[in-house]
Amino acid sequence: MADLLNAFAIAGKAFFGFQAIFFALLAIGINVHFGYTGLLNFGQIAFAMLGGFGIAISVSQWGLPFWVGVIVGVLAAVVLALLLGLPTLRLRADYLAIVTIATAEGLRLVFRSVSATPVTGGTRGLSAFNRDFIALAPWDTGRRYDLLGTTWSGTELWVCTIGWILVALCSLLVWALMRSPWGRVVKAIREDEDAVRSLGKNVYAYKMQALVLGGIFGAFGGMVYAVGTGSAIPDQYQNANTFLAYAALILGGAARVLGPVIGSMLLLFILQFADTGLRSLIANGVIPSELLSSTDVAQLRYVLVGIGLMLLLVFRPQGIFGDRREVMLDAR
Amino acid sequence: MPADPAPHGAHAARSDEATVPAGAAAPAGATRAAPQRVAQAALRDVPWEVGVAKPDPAIVVDHVTRTFGGLTAVSVDHLEIQRGGITGLIGPNGAGKTTLFNLLTGFDQPNTGTWSFNGRDLGKLSPHQVARLGVVRTFQLTKALSRLTVLQNMLLGAQGQSGESFLRALVPGTWKAQEKANTERAMDLLRRFKLDAKKDDFAGSLSGGQRKLLEMARALMSEPQVVMLDEPMAGVNPALTQSLLGHVKDLREEGMTVIFVEHDMDVVRDISDWVVVMAAGKVIAEGAPDSISQNKAVVDAYLGAHHDAPLSEEEEDRFLAEDQAAERARREDVISSDRGRKRRTRR
Repeated sequence: MADLLNAFAIAGKAFFGFQAIFFALLAIGINVHFGYTGLLNFGQIAFAMLGGFGIAISVSQWGLPFWVGVIVGVLAAVVLALLLGLPTLRLRADYLAIVTIATAEGLRLVFRSVSATPVTGGTRGLSAFNRDFIALAPWDTGRRYDLLGTTWSGTELWVCTIGWILVALCSLLVWALMRSPWGRVVKAIREDEDAVRSLGKNVYAYKMQALVLGGIFGAFGGMVYAVGTGSAIPDQYQNANTFLAYAALILGGAARVLGPVIGSMLLLFILQFADTGLRSLIANGVIPSELLSSTDVAQLRYVLVGIGLMLLLVFRPQGIFGDRREVMLDAR
Repeated sequence: MPADPAPHGAHAARSDEATVPAGAAAPAGATRAAPQRVAQAALRDVPWEVGVAKPDPAIVVDHVTRTFGGLTAVSVDHLEIQRGGITGLIGPNGAGKTTLFNLLTGFDQPNTGTWSFNGRDLGKLSPHQVARLGVVRTFQLTKALSRLTVLQNMLLGAQGQSGESFLRALVPGTWKAQEKANTERAMDLLRRFKLDAKKDDFAGSLSGGQRKLLEMARALMSEPQVVMLDEPMAGVNPALTQSLLGHVKDLREEGMTVIFVEHDMDVVRDISDWVVVMAAGKVIAEGAPDSISQNKAVVDAYLGAHHDAPLSEEEEDRFLAEDQAAERARREDVISSDRGRKRRTRR
């Protein structure tokens, strides 16, 4: 029982941790792309990587201040969005999907390659770039703090505080945009581009704006992740993260402002709870070790998430926040 | 049997430019009074010939061709659309009507040719630019924006919204007043189309006919000068067809130019001031609705030989006998050529 409570507390930390922020920001970006505008971006992690490495390279390699690094990261994401969008947004939706998924994988391989090592640190990546940021914390970042039944380092607390403020601001921005006529055009593009064109809207420009905006959110996510882990390593930015963010978005409910945020928190909670819970069950002999060893747990928890998502899609296809009526309409 | 391919118009041979009443040439003031008659009066003296000049054309098409591989989908030498009138565009399936629509509204690019609206060249404009000039279209397969409400669908049609720019969207003060005015206008239109009770329903939950109505109402939100309707009556039940017809006539009364594609000849006869017939990408005939059924080219291409009169019994028997004879002859032909082939292969 105590073990389960402990697992619950650790999962609670994951619920609020910087990884949840990372996925929340990725998913907010995907929500703008996919949920509202109908753009299939399967390479959101590329934007995150540019965000994280924007800071890492600027600070560690070029000796620039932290905040300049943030700007560099955002600009890199904007440039990537433009490069991806210019050739593909005039074409059918699938082309953006193909190009983004290839870019995400290709960019990671370039960043970890030997020839890029002088800039990106290769497979070992870069570290020691978040000192300026940590120094801003109003509390002692060297100490450990007891909160919600687990211990948090001062650094973690600071990153999470700023991270959640960032999530709140991004959500607010999405909310403000989506209730405006701009949001209406963007949602209409999701439904039918040609109809929107025939009503005098420049669909291409709107899609580009949405792509850039969502990409910037993704870059913020990558920055939080890099600052939270204290290092930027290309292999941290596997494209599987994009799909986990999609899972979080669908769990929370697409085209809802809070859908991606709550979805990410729950996803991380479920992953962590399954992990710690199963391990303690194995350690206590509740689950016999011949049936399941603790090394299997890491994989099994994703199986559980997969089953959970399937159940969700059967019984609640609209996610937690979605409108069932809306989801059940055939999208014509 | 329509035997005479020549136009029946009494003034067919007269120069049309000279005989047009002054009111028709400058419709701005006159259209309000009796627009229907203005357009009809203006077209009365126009000869029923392909490519004929209209007294006051809103849209002029010149030498437009569009080919898909080896197939020439559209090849129109010259076509003028009278301002303030309802022009019906008919033709068998695959005649190029929808392709012509796509070309005129910028949804497709032609291989050659130019076309203009109010004297302004539309050739290089993209669809949204054409729409902003006041030429708005609907689609053959209705494009209701399913997961937007009916009212949101309507508001989308409004032009020049400042809240549609990214930065100004963030400052509600810059668009709230405009939004309110647009909402009022949208509700007026929805009342006219009897959709006001459904304003908060998702457009995807509407019936097929209601979607057609919504699409037309949404197009009107943009305050267009030219409305292009691609099969507005397709798949709509007869009762709703009548109401849609009324709405289309209303557009003309408001001084708009209407071009529509339709297959139902009764509808075409009922509402058009002028009919353009296309077949195999070309305009094969144009004229007043009555002229079309008397046009041999149209009859051959589109309506079939016995379209306009019920056959008497003797006639029916005779045609049947002729058909059967023709069929028999054809079969014998085939058989004999088959035999011929077999003989050849045997050798």
